[in-house]
Amino acid sequence: MSAAVLQVRNLCVHYDTDAGPIKAAENVTFDLAKGERLGLVGESGSGKSTTVLALLRMVTSPGRIRSGQVVVDGTDLMQLSPEQMRRMRGSAVSLIPQAAMNSLNPVMRIRDHFYDTIRAHDRSMDRRQLAEHSAQLVESVGLRPNVLGMYPHELSGGMKQRVCIAMGICLQPKVIIADEPTSALDVVVQRQVMETLGRIQRELDAAIILVGHDMGLMAQFVDKLGIMYAGRLVEVGPVADVFREPLHPYTRLLINTLPSLDVKAVFKGIPGTTPSLLNAPPGCAFHQRCPDASGSCYESDHVLTEVLPGRWVACPCYAGAAA
Amino acid sequence: MTTPLLEARNVTKIFSSRGSIGKKGSVTVAVNQASLTIHADPPSIVAIAGESGSGKTTLSRLLLGLVSPTSGDVFYRGRPMTALKGDERMAFRRDVQAIFQDPFEVYNPFYRVDHALEMPIKRFEPTKSADERRAMIEKALGVVGLRVDETLGRYPHQLSGGQRQRVMVARALMLNPSIIVADEPVSMVDASLRATILESLLNAHDQLAIAIIYITHDLTTAYQVCTSILMMYSGAMVEVGNVDRVIKDPLHPYTQLLVGSIPLPDPTKRWAANVRSATSASGQHSTSQGCSFAPRCPHVMDICREVTPPLFRVNADRAVACYLYRDAPVVSPEDVSALYIGA
Amino acid sequence: MSSQFWSYIRRNPLLLVGVSLFVLLFLFWAIGPTFIDVTKARPISAMADLAPSAEYPLGTDSVGRQLLPNLLAGSLYTFEIGLAAGTIGLLVGTILGFVAGYFGGTVDSIISTAADVALTIPALAVLVVIAAVIKEGLNVRSMALIVAMLAWMRPARTIRAQVLSMRERPYVEIARLSGMNDFQIIVQELLPNLLPYLAASYVGAVAAALLAAIGLEAMGLGPQNDPTLGMTIFWCNYYGALLRGMWWWWAPPIAAILYVFMGLFAISSGLDELSNPRLRRAR
Repeated sequence: MSAAVLQVRNLCVHYDTDAGPIKAAENVTFDLAKGERLGLVGESGSGKSTTVLALLRMVTSPGRIRSGQVVVDGTDLMQLSPEQMRRMRGSAVSLIPQAAMNSLNPVMRIRDHFYDTIRAHDRSMDRRQLAEHSAQLVESVGLRPNVLGMYPHELSGGMKQRVCIAMGICLQPKVIIADEPTSALDVVVQRQVMETLGRIQRELDAAIILVGHDMGLMAQFVDKLGIMYAGRLVEVGPVADVFREPLHPYTRLLINTLPSLDVKAVFKGIPGTTPSLLNAPPGCAFHQRCPDASGSCYESDHVLTEVLPGRWVACPCYAGAAA
Repeated sequence: MTTPLLEARNVTKIFSSRGSIGKKGSVTVAVNQASLTIHADPPSIVAIAGESGSGKTTLSRLLLGLVSPTSGDVFYRGRPMTALKGDERMAFRRDVQAIFQDPFEVYNPFYRVDHALEMPIKRFEPTKSADERRAMIEKALGVVGLRVDETLGRYPHQLSGGQRQRVMVARALMLNPSIIVADEPVSMVDASLRATILESLLNAHDQLAIAIIYITHDLTTAYQVCTSILMMYSGAMVEVGNVDRVIKDPLHPYTQLLVGSIPLPDPTKRWAANVRSATSASGQHSTSQGCSFAPRCPHVMDICREVTPPLFRVNADRAVACYLYRDAPVVSPEDVSALYIGA
Repeated sequence: MSSQFWSYIRRNPLLLVGVSLFVLLFLFWAIGPTFIDVTKARPISAMADLAPSAEYPLGTDSVGRQLLPNLLAGSLYTFEIGLAAGTIGLLVGTILGFVAGYFGGTVDSIISTAADVALTIPALAVLVVIAAVIKEGLNVRSMALIVAMLAWMRPARTIRAQVLSMRERPYVEIARLSGMNDFQIIVQELLPNLLPYLAASYVGAVAAALLAAIGLEAMGLGPQNDPTLGMTIFWCNYYGALLRGMWWWWAPPIAAILYVFMGLFAISSGLDELSNPRLRRAR
């Protein structure tokens, strides 16, 4: 097994409001090996976007990273100065943010977007080198070089998203974070974009974290799956194992309620609602909706523990399971 | 066959924008010769599926009478929509209800959610007293599983997206319509809440005999809820038929591409490598020459680029607009409605 | 509800300041006449050119008007003109704006073109011409109407723009599907959401009307027999009050005008904060 290129330990992010702290991410802990694909899945409010912003130290006030370590290839990002962190962003860890295609500057040509990003990290390249490098980048995502001279509004959604992927990898990061990269795209373009992303990732031998809520997409793309609920990571494991035999009650419910193309007209939901992150009741975050809740579930939060090799769960039901 | 409830016959909708000095105006064919029939008995439950730009939303608006077709007609119980005035139009409005995609924008932020529920009763049943109205609202909320004390008296931003959408379902069901047009009702709702909403739609069909038109880009939920499906691409009908067979055995190359690209939630069944990914297409097809899918079709022939393919009737409950099936008889306008009869 | 109100006021003090200024002004107008005899604002009510004293707190002008009653009556008249003109302008502008925005098409083209053309006309020039022509028949009421003629365009354009963006909202479509007709949609669905814009436009219309009225009057094109603030300034010039050092004559009207405009500005800024969610300070 490759060495871990990213190690996250006990990451906590709080939002300070007049009414008290909102615990958006609590004790998030996971490893990412070189070249590995991790999927972070959860519903809205589960903390997945907050977590990835925290990895890049891009959480803005009133949010605060309260504690935790994020170690990339031996360097703890939390210990760096702002300038050192700035240099890490994009070059060690890069982010393709949600709805990235909407953040392309409408009055700048595509090539200027690339020049900006590259020059922010490496002022040594001259214009000719920049042009060559950008052309290579757009070709690597399956676009023709003439795209460089166009404005964002001249491109389709899929093309814009691929431009954003190219920008995300232009500094050859070790970890790529893609936050819902295909949410506004149709199924056919989604597949093309994901296949492009996968190919790029393999070429760079980078690790990738895919954030989203589409379990189908996760099943198709990732190696390892992490389930988030109410700001906590409740299960992590190899994707095939998690789908075949989910360990956490929430994961089980989530997988059971997925609509399938085999059985018609069977609708299952998960009763109840996510707990407030502001005044969370004591105990496990899921206990109000959990069919197996008992005793300790009401009193203390469960810790993510490795119950089988490579399989982590935050649930006492499996605490005694041997390797 | 009895008069269908709602019928679109060869409707076309063209949007044109005026040019100005130095800039040509542009013409967009949003819907190109589409036909759809909704029957009352047994009530149809049809999916209109396609990607963004396919024309499915415009078709739904044509069916709801919110826009008028450029050519072709929409008939409500045999009467052309344009002829409906006054009381007849009110009867149509009451009989055909809608649920829209965005659970927040459908509410007027100035009012509490009660307003959205009271308004239709006040318009369609003006003789009801305040108590009677309240009773109707409570009953409808109960049907969708919402508690009155958690819902009424609140502003839209105080409810969750799932609750807001369920209130809209309640609103649609409240006055016993014959048809509900649901335009992507769950795409902006959390996964765990989708099931409840889709289940209410199916119950409305099974238990209350309400016909459902379900517009979506998600073939999986279309499969779950509906019996028939109309696949649209770039404004044109590409395939019509029984949803089970269309999805399990797609005939049109576009449907095949779409079904092959669905990310199945099964890590052992990854995207088939043999479904050829089409080259990227840019923008919408704005001319009506030939098949709109021709630029991306792996089986394209010369005729495809020249003449728009008609619907070929492949068997009793399937029609495909593709020259690959040109040996099958062409579907006549009268036959189209038979395609939508539930299996 | 009231606790929400007070916590909001704490975040938006300008609104409270503006409203308070006007409350004081209204009190002045309401209670003033019991202590101040307004009839003394007429000429030959006292000896001319007297400096302020115990008997005449603001002195008198060159034709024997007592200037404190003059201020009371004048400020009220001026404000009446501004308010009337602003109200008429807003009413006409709102109706035209709604019709143009909601119905679109030819109606919109006609109304928008009319508003655009009217906006390019130098308003004061037109007003001067009109006022000069009907010089003898000018009174408070006709002033208001003249000024209102050129006060409707901006509200019309603002409201039209808002209606254009609102009429495509899903809740308007739901209203249509609920059987509401166009008029009901405009009044029940669109109008309530436009109240902040209407309020802001109203303040703007009143301010513009006041300026126009005072401007005309200061040139002498106003009601000759009513002691409005603008006319007072005109008489000041006519009789050379500045040169003669009669500060008690020219200072009060200017102070009153400043006061009214400060109030209007404060209210307008406060309403801006209220109606523009992006300006609202985070809670």
